[in-house]
Order: sequence, then structure tokens, then C-alpha cells
Amino acid sequence: MSGSEGLSIHDRPNSYIGRSVPRPNLPRLLKGRGSYADDVKLPRMLHAAFLRSPYAHAEIVSIKTDEAEKVTGVFRVFTGDDIAKVCSPWVGVLTHLEGLRSPPQHALAVGRVLWQGEPLAAVVAESRALAEDVLELIEVDYKELPPAVDMEKALDGDAEVIHDVYENNLCWERNVNQGDVDAAFAASEVVIEEEYRFGRHTGVTLESRSIVADFDAGEDMLTLYHSTQAPHMKQALFAKHLDLDEHKIRIICRDVGGAFGLKAHAYGDEFATAAMSMVLKRPVKFVADRMESFLGDIHARDHIVKGKIGVSKEGKILGLEIDDLTGIGPYSVYPRSSAIEINQVLNLTGGAYVFENYRARGRVVFQNKPPMCQYRAVGHPIAISVAESLVELAASAIDMESMQMRQLNMAADDDYPNKTVTGIPLENLSHQESTTKLMEMVNYQEIRNEQAELRSNGIYRGVGFGALIEVTNPSPAFYGVGGAPISAQDGCSIKLDAKGNLIVGTSVTEQGQGAEAVISQVVATAVGITPEKIKVISGDTENTPYGGGTWASRGTGIAGEAAVKAGKVIRNNILDVAGILLQSEPETLDIRNNQIVDDENGTERMSVAEIGRIVYYRGDTLPKDFQAEMMVVQHYLPKSFPFAFTNSVHCSHLEVDVTTGFIKLLKHWVVEDCGTVVNPQNVDDQVRGGVVQGIGGALYEECIYNDQGQLLNGNLADYLVPMAVELPEIIVGHVESRTFESDLGAKGAGEAGTAGAPAAIMNALNDALRPLEAKLTRQPFTPQRVLEALGKV
Amino acid sequence: MTNRIEINTTVNGETVSRMVEPRTNLVDFVRYDLELTGSHVGCEHGVCGACTIRLNGEIVRGCLMLAVQADGGLVETIEGLSENGKISDLQEQFLIRNAGQCGSCTPGMLLTADALLESNASPTRMEIREFISGNYCRCTGFEAIIDAIEKTAQTRQKER
Ligand code: FES
Ligand code: FES
Repeated sequence: MSGSEGLSIHDRPNSYIGRSVPRPNLPRLLKGRGSYADDVKLPRMLHAAFLRSPYAHAEIVSIKTDEAEKVTGVFRVFTGDDIAKVCSPWVGVLTHLEGLRSPPQHALAVGRVLWQGEPLAAVVAESRALAEDVLELIEVDYKELPPAVDMEKALDGDAEVIHDVYENNLCWERNVNQGDVDAAFAASEVVIEEEYRFGRHTGVTLESRSIVADFDAGEDMLTLYHSTQAPHMKQALFAKHLDLDEHKIRIICRDVGGAFGLKAHAYGDEFATAAMSMVLKRPVKFVADRMESFLGDIHARDHIVKGKIGVSKEGKILGLEIDDLTGIGPYSVYPRSSAIEINQVLNLTGGAYVFENYRARGRVVFQNKPPMCQYRAVGHPIAISVAESLVELAASAIDMESMQMRQLNMAADDDYPNKTVTGIPLENLSHQESTTKLMEMVNYQEIRNEQAELRSNGIYRGVGFGALIEVTNPSPAFYGVGGAPISAQDGCSIKLDAKGNLIVGTSVTEQGQGAEAVISQVVATAVGITPEKIKVISGDTENTPYGGGTWASRGTGIAGEAAVKAGKVIRNNILDVAGILLQSEPETLDIRNNQIVDDENGTERMSVAEIGRIVYYRGDTLPKDFQAEMMVVQHYLPKSFPFAFTNSVHCSHLEVDVTTGFIKLLKHWVVEDCGTVVNPQNVDDQVRGGVVQGIGGALYEECIYNDQGQLLNGNLADYLVPMAVELPEIIVGHVESRTFESDLGAKGAGEAGTAGAPAAIMNALNDALRPLEAKLTRQPFTPQRVLEALGKV
Repeated sequence: MTNRIEINTTVNGETVSRMVEPRTNLVDFVRYDLELTGSHVGCEHGVCGACTIRLNGEIVRGCLMLAVQADGGLVETIEGLSENGKISDLQEQFLIRNAGQCGSCTPGMLLTADALLESNASPTRMEIREFISGNYCRCTGFEAIIDAIEKTAQTRQKER
């Protein structure tokens, strides 16, 4: 036990917490020396290409592969039936979402194809180009079936029922009823009703989904070089469906070129690639190209929400009601399910406010479109857009400043712990301080003055807000309780080498968000070793502790705390050795800047490197009954709260060109409270990147389908993503309300940007158009829709 | 499938001679034939800029050029420009400013930024935004990238 034992990580000398240390994994990426799955080249490696359904719904009458198989350089053609022999189907339901149903899904379609783009056969050849050529030689006889495309008609009596094992296309329904909503509306000064639509969009990671499967028949061992954000989950899933023991599967994902949630799901083409490697006993690579990414990656959003709010004369929210309908494609996605998004919408709508009467219905329906599942900020942009728009409309109806109305309905900052209207515990939030800070940053009155002046010149500018709570650091309440092999805990291992360096293993992955930097800063602080002497390993199930991975804004809060704990343990172990060698009590010593020092005055006594040397090479000089432990592992799981909620508030300032319908974003502000900020620059950039993805959904991104279920814009030229030139400067401010559940006190920061930006933009847009009596509630707000709202087209 | 054609190019200062299929594009040639995997592929249809490569001193989209078009030419990739130090100040600013997150867009972004600064030594932030708008980044929100390029330009100006 050393002098500073028991002290918080926040009391350590020479702390790296709160410092914008450059990310240790960035130099190699800047030199083009990253190692992504597609960069892997193995001896005897083959390449897979998939045949994908051209129809949204069809029966596969027959598949003929003999012509394809005759081509030199082709090793094998696999159909859905072939893969089904080695890869069992899965069912994407969670048992805690009562009533959620979805039929078994095969890696490659068997018997029927249920969305345009569903893979049904694969060619494995000596090159990808050849494999793609040969796809054309596979003869498939399809019998087209009527597709169920429109989610609004999916539950109609005459709708095509996609799965005949069910009586209709309902996947899941949840109802919430708190207090007496009807009485609340009756007692309200104003009641506002509105319908909101959220387009179907997708993740567009710049690095597409990729996997190299290498089955070693000598060891019966399957190594998967895989672009994923949840290696241990993938290990469990591949093991289960390929019938291998988990320790016979190793997942390696060194660099991941963006994930945003879409790389946390089971994809048939990836499972088929692994299965084909096992059958062929050779490495097989599959990298999705951009076109098949649009059809094969999960899609997101696609909601229609009817919302209703009742407020008193004074602006108190008396009642809130929503009815949400979402179309999720033909299957609930495995293993996280396609019902979590709507569940979040039901749980979070109005979550920033204290009110008592709430009614909500959520319905999830099957349709013949690509499966929909978790993408950055799951459910939040919908919940927040709906609530925040209703709040602004209500405020305007009672002639009150919307921010004033918000603050009136938010709990006082010292009124926590608290609960949402549906009973979800909120530990420690700062709505009042955050909104006050935002208003200081924004210079609101000036914007309003300028707005009035410009309006008289026919220039329409608007300002809008979005306040929110965000789910981070999820406990097993999110997935584990529903039966999914998804860990909510994380681990950190630390090994001291003989030269005084630390080799650190973390169970979270690095996909650009800075996990390795955060872990290294925490370990540096906890142990007293400088960051350049720390190497962090992530993304390897064989060399890191077991854990959940990086999703749901959990990396810093959960894996960071595991690193605090492991750092404390190895520090004490090092000081135990130092105490023996220096004949001092370990409590009187500390580690600072790689040196053992006297805790009291910082006098250097010996180096940590010297400890390493003695432990490893001259253990004979240590007492007989003493064994030094220079490798430790610790884990952490949040237990007191199901989630560590954060809060933030956005403001968007924009200008609408009422002739062309174009929206120019002028500026965007965010105040974010994610508890302890480990690396401020990194957090700010997470927020900014998140805001830009929110802008994408609000203004540009939409998968456009025709009534036959055909995607009309499935390429990067027609599907618009935000570009540098159309983006505003994004100003980020912070309030720090730590979670008391951990010593580190960090909550997540990865999704609040995406969560809140669409709401602020919708409100700013409608603020701009208010004098023209136009209102838009359908995202994305394209120029066409703006002109429609203005009655110009 | 098809007859291969011999091409001779200089890649990052080394002479290479290879037999390639006429349809092989430049970025695939660089990535898979030469095993220089720093140039990335984001769309294969000329939109995202991840495949940006220098050919005869100009930046090109490696997915829109064929390898055979580089015959007799001078090819430079992120690996070469990192080794010879040409963009080391840009890389330094990208590191300090956290201007790469996942790194997919980063090599292309660096080559594009370098080309911008070659043609315009002190671009405004809006000029930077315009110039890099053919390079998609899904992670950073671009602001860090713009900061890093602006800072590099300012530093170069001072050192002049
Ligand atoms: S891969 Fe060449 S522009 Fe996208
Ligand atoms: S850093 Fe990921 S795409 Fe730019």
C-alpha cells in the first residue's frame, strides 16, 4: 500500500486526464501505414463476390451454378443451401423486449429473397474481379412476388404478409401509459399536434465492411481479420453459427475505417465468407464495394411519428403523446434486434423535461427493404426532434421564448438523482447550467435583431435549439438481459516490461474515436508512467481481456474505468518491489514520470525500468517468499445505474434561400456534459463529427425507394453526404458532471452530436420560415421539400 | 481472363515493371499488385477521394485511372510522400489537431491538402473547404482538417 493508495485518479500528480494528448495510433494512419482488413494478404488467399437479389421479394425457383464453376480460376460457387449446411440460421430477438418476433435468417437466402440486395450465392475465385465476372454465369430462376414496401400499409388487411408463419407484418409493439394524458391535454392552455417523418438512411463508413477468414485445418482454428466494433461479440456469434468452440475463433481488427454502429451486427455475407473458408480450408477475403454497401449494410431511422404536446399558460408541459411507426426490413437484425431504436424513442422522448403524463405507442413492421438496425445515436434524433419541435411550437403558441420554456421544464441541477417519466433513473445532469452556458455562447439577442433586420430585405434566417439526454455506458440492461452474447463489462490488462514500459490490452476497439489515446492517458495517470512508454493493444480477442467493444458511447466510461483499476493495481505491485529494494514502506513511495519517488517530496529513488530489470533478470535478489506480479488485469461493469445519461443542448443558425430552397448552415453550437473529459480535443471532435452525421440525416441523406422496393440512389454520387463546403463551424462547450459510479467519472461523448443536431436544424428552419407560414417536419429537408412547403412547386 | 499488358512506372522513386490486366485501375494496382495499401478505396466511382494518388505531379483519382495510363509515368503515394518528407509538416499538424479519426480518408486528404498548398500558399478557410470537398470524411466533421491545413499554410508562410 502506497501513500496515495485509495486516492482518486483525479488526485494523481502529473495527470494526463483533461489534456489533449495526440492520439498514439494516429501517426501510422497519417503515413498510410494503417492495417485495415482489406490490407491483409495471406498465402493462398481467395476472393469472394456475392450474387444479390435484384428483386425486393421473389421466390428462388432454381439456381444453376455449373457454368460458373467451369471457369478457370473459380474454386467454388456456393448457394444458400450450401452455406446452410455449415452455418446455422439466427434469430434477431431480445427476450426482454416482450413479444418481439422475427423468423430464422440464413446467411445466404434459402428459398426466397426478401430485399433487393439480399445475398443468395457466392463465387470464390482467385481474384475479386474474376469472382465478380463469374456472378453473371449463375443462372437464377426467380418468381417475383409482390413486395410489401410501404410501412404505412404494412399492417393493412390486404398487405402482402412477408412471413407466413405470422398473421401480419407486425414485428413488435410497445405501449407506455403514465399518468392521465387525456386529462392533461384537457387542462392545457394549448395543445399542439404534428406529424414527423425521418428518412431511411445508412452509415456510409468510408471503409466498407470487410473480412478475411482464415481457417487453419491443422488446428481447426478460424482467424478472422475483420472490420468490426465488437470483437468478442463476433467471436461468440461466429462460434455459435459455425459450430466451433469460442477459443477456436480469433477476431483481429487492428484499424477500423469508421463504424458508427453499422459494424456491430451480423451480416450474412460475412458469415458466409467464414463458412466458405472452413469448407475450402483456405483464406477467403470479402470486402463490400460501395454499391453493395448501400444494399447490404444496415439502414437506419425510417420513422413516422405523430406527436402531441399540451402546455399550461405558464409554459409547463402537462402531457406528451407519441405514436411511432418504423419499417425495419424483413428481419429483426441479429443480435441487437431492430426494436431497440423504437424502444429508445419511447424511452427518451421528452427526456430532458420533468412532466407526469405520457402516452406512447411504438410499432415495428416488416417490409421488403434492407434490414434496419442500430446506427450512431440510435433513436435519439427521432425522440429529440419530435419533442424539441413540439416544445418550440408550443412556446411560440403561448408567445414564450422556447429556451425559457425549456428551462422551466427542466429539473434543477441539484435535483438529481431523478427519474424520467417512464421511470429510468438519471444520476447527475446539468440542463440548467448547460442551457445557460449555450445562451452565453450563442449571443442570442444579436441573432434575433439581425434576423428581424434581414427579413425586411427578404432574407430568411432562423435559429433553433435542441436539448437532450443521451444513453451512454450501458449496463447489461441493454442487451445482456435479453439473451444476446454482448458484454457490458470491459477489461484492461497491463504488463510491465523489463525496460519500464507498459503493454496495455483493452477490450474496446479503436475505430477513430480515440479509445487507444484515452486508455493510454488513463493508464499513464494511474501508474505514473509517461504516455510514450505505453503501448495499447486493442481489437484482438486473443490478446485483450474480454469485453463489449466500442458502441453506445461506452469506451471511455467503461473501459476507461477498467484502466483506472488496472493502473492502480500494477502501480501498487511495482511499489511493493520498490519498497523491498529501497527498504522503505511502499506507502511512502510513488511513481512519477517513470521514476520511483518519495511520495512526500518527490525525490527520485530509482527508475521503474530498474524495477523491471530486477524482477525479470535478478529475481534472486528479492526475498524468497515474495513473488512480483508485473502483469495484472482488471474489469469494470457499471452496476448502480442501467445507463449513465449525459445531457447536451444544441443551437443551429441557418439561412433559407426561399427561391431555390437551399439551406445554408451558418453556425452550430453545442454544450455537452459527458462527465470527466479525458482528452478535450478528442471529445470536441467526436461532438463535431457527430453533429455532421446529424446534419447528414437532417439535410441530405436518404435511401430513396420506389414502390417495388428498388433503391434509386444506391451510389455515392446520388446519395448525398455532407461535404466540407456546406458545413458550418461547430463551436463546442462543456459542463462536467461526473458519474459517481466510477472513479474516472466519465460518460460517453460519441453520439450526442448526432442525437441533437437534427432537432436544432428543424427548429431553426421552421423559425426562419415562420413569417411565410411554412413548416417542414419531414427529414431530410431537401430543397425540393422546402419549396413544397413554401408552395412554390 | 484477359491478356496482360506490361507497364513500367516509377513508384515512389522506384522503377517497377509489372504485367497488369488492362482493366485494373490505378489504385487497385498500387494496393494489391504493389502492396502499397496506404491509398484507400471508398467508392470506386470517383466521388470520395479516398483513392487520391499523385501521377506526374498532379493528384488523380486512383479509381478513375487505369494502371496502364501510368505507364511511363511518375506515381507517388502516401507512403512515398511520407518517406521523402514532402508532407511532414502537414502530417504534424494533422496529428496535433486530431485531423484524422479512422484514417480512411486521411491519406487522400493529405495529398489533396498538399496539392492545394502547392497552388495556393495561403488559402482562406472557405477556399480550403471548397478544395477538399471532393474528399469525403465521415468521421471528423472536417473542422479539424481545415484547422490543420490552415495552420500548415500559416507555418509555411512564416518560415518563408
Ligand atoms: S475510391 Fe476513388 S473517388 Fe472514391
Ligand atoms: S477520418 Fe474517418 S473518414 Fe475521415
